[in-house]
Amino acid sequence: MSNKVDQNRREFVSVATKTAAATVVAPGVLLHAMAQANLRSEPVTDKVRYGLLIDTTKCADGCSDCVTGCEKENGLDMLVEPEGASAEDWDRQRPRWIRTVKVKDRLTGQLSTLPLMCQHCENPPCADVCPTGASFRRADGIAMVDRHICIGCRYCMMACPYKARSFIHEEVERKPTIAPRGKGCVESCNLCVQRRDNGESTTACQDACKHGAIVFGDLNDPGSEISKALREQNTRQLRADLKLNTGVRYRGI
Amino acid sequence: MVKTVTGILLIVATLFSMGVMAEGQRQNAVIEGSKAASLDACVAPTSLMRRKHFELIKHQRDITVHQGIRKTDDSLAGCIDCHVAKDSHGKYIPVNGVNPETGEKQFCAGCHEYAGVEPPCFSCHATVPTKSGK
Amino acid sequence: MKKIHYREWGIESPRYWGLLVVLAAIAGIGGLAALYMEHNGHWVTGMNNQIVWGIPHVFAIFLIVAASGALNIAAFGSVFGKKIHKSLGRLSAVLAMALLVGGLLVLVLDLGQPTRLIVAMTTYNFKSIFAWNIYLYAGFLAIVAVYLFTMMERKANKYYPAMGVFAFVWRLILTTGTGSIFGFIVARQGYDAAIMAPMFIIMSFAYGMAFYLLVLMFTFKQDGRPLGTKLLMRLKNLLGIFTAAVFYFVVVYHLTNLYGTENHEYDAFILRDGGIYTSLFWIGWVLLGLLVPMGIVFHPALGKTHGGIIAASLLVLLGGLAAMYVIVIGGQAFPMAIFPDKVIIASGFYDDVNGQPLYYSPSVPEFLLGIGGIAVALAATFVGVRMLKLLPVSLDDEVVDPYHQKS
Repeated sequence: MSNKVDQNRREFVSVATKTAAATVVAPGVLLHAMAQANLRSEPVTDKVRYGLLIDTTKCADGCSDCVTGCEKENGLDMLVEPEGASAEDWDRQRPRWIRTVKVKDRLTGQLSTLPLMCQHCENPPCADVCPTGASFRRADGIAMVDRHICIGCRYCMMACPYKARSFIHEEVERKPTIAPRGKGCVESCNLCVQRRDNGESTTACQDACKHGAIVFGDLNDPGSEISKALREQNTRQLRADLKLNTGVRYRGI
Repeated sequence: MVKTVTGILLIVATLFSMGVMAEGQRQNAVIEGSKAASLDACVAPTSLMRRKHFELIKHQRDITVHQGIRKTDDSLAGCIDCHVAKDSHGKYIPVNGVNPETGEKQFCAGCHEYAGVEPPCFSCHATVPTKSGK
Repeated sequence: MKKIHYREWGIESPRYWGLLVVLAAIAGIGGLAALYMEHNGHWVTGMNNQIVWGIPHVFAIFLIVAASGALNIAAFGSVFGKKIHKSLGRLSAVLAMALLVGGLLVLVLDLGQPTRLIVAMTTYNFKSIFAWNIYLYAGFLAIVAVYLFTMMERKANKYYPAMGVFAFVWRLILTTGTGSIFGFIVARQGYDAAIMAPMFIIMSFAYGMAFYLLVLMFTFKQDGRPLGTKLLMRLKNLLGIFTAAVFYFVVVYHLTNLYGTENHEYDAFILRDGGIYTSLFWIGWVLLGLLVPMGIVFHPALGKTHGGIIAASLLVLLGGLAAMYVIVIGGQAFPMAIFPDKVIIASGFYDDVNGQPLYYSPSVPEFLLGIGGIAVALAATFVGVRMLKLLPVSLDDEVVDPYHQKS
């Protein structure tokens, strides 16, 4: 409720200022406007639901291209070890949005390698437990953090069944324009949300995977590559018992 | 009656002169060599930007994060793109920093240090246009 | 029962101020530790992306749980009409508020963005038990303050019983909320259990009583006020019963775990293979925190000595910290069942490779912050008893029990 009021207030302020702008500026004075072609101008809707399909049968042991691709895109590779930190401790504290995991079946001994990241649940536990609503699920299915209102309590990290989230443990010197990042907030894979809003059709991990093991797309569009693949193949969610209806599905495990 | 009219006139005159003064100061506020210096006005008149720029940015930040709307005049990235200046080697100087060669406080730093208000934006947001390595 | 008279804590100024200076110094060091962690970022702590809640949370949750328990002594007076407890109510209310503030301080100072506390108070997600707790804690402080007022102000006395019930119910809800922080976490095997909330309530009874006994005995001793054996025996017996109840819950919790196959691994971890967590469980929590204090309290000779009661109370509190460590850190260190039918044999993000527990090595500043929280709580309590008429002039046997026969 208060949120709504706040929203209205903001909209009012914005409209008021812009109207004022139109009336106050003398004719002939051109306002600078940044027109960019493919940027999203309408709010995201739940008509689309973004997701990933990971084909573990194609995923190569020892390969971590998706991790490198993700870290490049989202500026995770710009982080430096704080002066005076022990290398091992710091490695446990530095953020990762995607990681590779090698698993062995307890009974059969079958080995699989797979990338693990935020599973973009339909009912994300991180969003349930977040006291301020900073953890939220965008209408198009992306679980993400509004770091403007994240207080850094890490309850979402306690609640995530996939250990997919990272806390920023240090002051961040360099950060890319598209992926802001700062000490004391929690973050995780956001399906390259900046790409979602500028009309691109892939994620960085997908682009980086030369084995074609990662397919990104709209789960709600029956004609999308991911939907077709999901229809034809036997896939599963991780921790299906929690009934979270994840947006990331795995084949071959 | 006369008093009222005089009063109103006085108020109008004061407001007008304030507007003129604000216009006069504008040239000093933007940083030489930034894109903004070559433009007549920002996304709204200068006087409004002075007072309301944080409301515009804050409003924008919420709709960007929650609704994904990025086609806008009011993005922080846009502010930085336009107001950032380069040093003599062509390297960007952080908008909240100081030009190391001239000692000139950059666009955000100038006013904010004077007003004693620290903008929290840059603990997370880039202070110069920064591309991630695609 | 004679009329009870209350008077401010009358120890000489140098001793009083000396005590405050010591506590303020400890609290100050805690504050500096918080500043240091906040300034550098959490990389200077032992917390990492695997164990995200560390020592500060152990102390904070311990203090918050103890706070609600400290109110019980007052609540027994008004809810169950126990006259003997009524005279103890004022100190109980103040101690409860002080412990809560100490705990919350630790919790808040450990946030990644402590300066955004205002956000936490203005932006709510009502699905979050954390958001509810913000209301529960703020409400607790307000309600207990009013409750204290009804105890101390003659004109408000008629509202005292009603406020007592209200405060007692509120504190039960509050501890349920605190326990549910863990109970609602479906992702982690050790937490996802409904028994967490009632277990936290019964733990609060024990820790609150232990804190109360220590503060009561200390303040009375320092001031030379008589503290009768009758009352002390009653309180220490309650401590014994609460401790036994905690023991019961621990047993039930682990027995039900042993019953369900899915929890076997977690129990094996805590009870047998967990290294530090297993040691802390058996030696810290069960032996030193439950069995030894029960033994002391119910021992025919030891249980009647002041030293015995003090030792038992201290042990219960230490055991409480060990319990929190096992629950908070142990619950996180236990491997998560991301792939229930598989073993992780390699990971790029410190997953539980081959079922190894996740790694945490607590740092000194974390402890200093937690201890600082306790110092704040104690300092606030002592200022309270110094400034306000909280302590009865005497709790001698003939004061608390009209039928007492002098032998």
